[in-house]
Amino acid sequence: MNLYAIRAIYLFEMARAWRTLMQSIISPVISTSLYFVVFGAAIGQHMNAIGGVAYGSFIVPGLIMLTLLMQSISNASFGIYFPRFTGTIYEVLSAPVSPLEIVAGYVGAAATKSVILGLIILATATAFVPVQIEHPVLMVAFLILTAVTFSLFGFIIGIWADGFEKLQLVPLLIVTPLTFLGGSFYSIEMLPPFWQTVSLFNPVVYLVSAFRWSFFGQAEVDIGLSLGMTGLFLVLCLGGIVWIFRSGYRLKV
Amino acid sequence: MNPVIDIQTLTKTYGSGFTALKAVNLQIRPGEIFALLGPNGAGKTTLISIVCGIARATSGTVLAGGHDIVKDYRAARSLIGLVPQELTTDAFETVWNTVSFSRGLFGKKGNPALIEKILRDLSLWDKKDNQLRQLSGGMKRRVMIAKALSHEPRILFLDEPTAGVDVELRRDMWEMVRGLRETGVTIILTTHYIEEAEEMADRVGVIRKGEIILVEDKAELMRKLGRKELILHLQQPLAAVPDCLAGFDLSLAADGRELVYTYDTKGERTGITALLGAIGEAGIRFNDLQTRQNSLEDIFVSLVSAQS
Repeated sequence: MNLYAIRAIYLFEMARAWRTLMQSIISPVISTSLYFVVFGAAIGQHMNAIGGVAYGSFIVPGLIMLTLLMQSISNASFGIYFPRFTGTIYEVLSAPVSPLEIVAGYVGAAATKSVILGLIILATATAFVPVQIEHPVLMVAFLILTAVTFSLFGFIIGIWADGFEKLQLVPLLIVTPLTFLGGSFYSIEMLPPFWQTVSLFNPVVYLVSAFRWSFFGQAEVDIGLSLGMTGLFLVLCLGGIVWIFRSGYRLKV
Repeated sequence: MNPVIDIQTLTKTYGSGFTALKAVNLQIRPGEIFALLGPNGAGKTTLISIVCGIARATSGTVLAGGHDIVKDYRAARSLIGLVPQELTTDAFETVWNTVSFSRGLFGKKGNPALIEKILRDLSLWDKKDNQLRQLSGGMKRRVMIAKALSHEPRILFLDEPTAGVDVELRRDMWEMVRGLRETGVTIILTTHYIEEAEEMADRVGVIRKGEIILVEDKAELMRKLGRKELILHLQQPLAAVPDCLAGFDLSLAADGRELVYTYDTKGERTGITALLGAIGEAGIRFNDLQTRQNSLEDIFVSLVSAQS
């Protein structure tokens, strides 16, 4: 195992986050704070409690998940796309580094940034609404699992994209709608039965539900099923990455 | 002596069907400077890319230091440093960080003293905290070399190392390359500057349309293929080569003021003595003479033209 290489890639990516502090951390924190101001403090005061949880507090896990998904995908896809774009990927490809080590470096850094951001947003939320965390260890574990899974997904997008437009395509046109429709701002139990069934085809529902369970001890979907679905997506992403490295897709001619 | 790079029947066919390398065989000796020459699109960069692990071969094998570049890629790649043709740099990274990154990537523990030495040797020390975007093209080229040297490779590929750099920097780089060779590093360089190969290489390979058409010691190549010219500066210009000298390979230059005799250096007899005698008998007087050896560039052009 080339641990020095993993460390080099990881630190290189983390350093990029600090260089772009405004874009990496401050910008998502500001936009999430606005969500709390609008949905939590302003509208939330006029909404009924959901499952005994005040609306402002209820949306905290969903908002963290929204940011976590977007940032995991964005960080990981940009992390691997940029060296492809500039041509510096030659160095990674010519180094004595295995695909596992490359992924560990890039995805590890992307997931770390996302988890840090998630925790910062959680801290920010406490400034606006009361937040309770019933299962803090599981909350962090689920935060990490989701960040890793979607960073792997982002890595795939970063390999697939052949332009900056495509890099934004999946997060904006697929992930954002799925997240908004995945119960970030409401409980799917509030939907008519037909739309509840439709919602179960949205993978983000499982993520938000499980994450919300770690906060309030109650979930719209069984926690085991949520973890299973997340695990399944993780395995699918890993499978995609294995195929990429075996075939050399968009990495090696 | 076992070759440090052993390429056997290496073929590369792209998805488009274009075959960039056709069963290439090439052996690079330890510690030599090998210049790979070829016109644009000949397959030089494809060859380097496969050896370094950036591209995949369609068939054939490559051993680096005795290690198969596919099956034993870690050991093989650890030995190799690459300075690519394109100036691909992380614009916002500092010189120090990018060079240190390269060392880590190749599985080496941090060694600030070594990085400092490399940066000083390449006159980059005072730029170590500069972002790469603040550097000139020549400086970026030095950084690329520093990155390649950061993990102490035993084999160094230089793909057009002095493309676009000024004469002074080019000379500096030649000195650096010679210095590396002194430490036992094997250097394979591709270049469009024949002068560069002529100046530095121990052996020369010529590749054309994906085939190695010649590999030869540079000195031997120039001796075997080099044609020489004897130039006589005439006192009185000639309108045409006199009939009595028709048996010699002569031509007129400089408006008839120079009589140029082309001869083969590998021939047992150059014919110079007979020519000078015949010129004297013809009453042609000259006030100076000089000889001129064909350059490697002339040889290269004639080789590539002949193959066409």
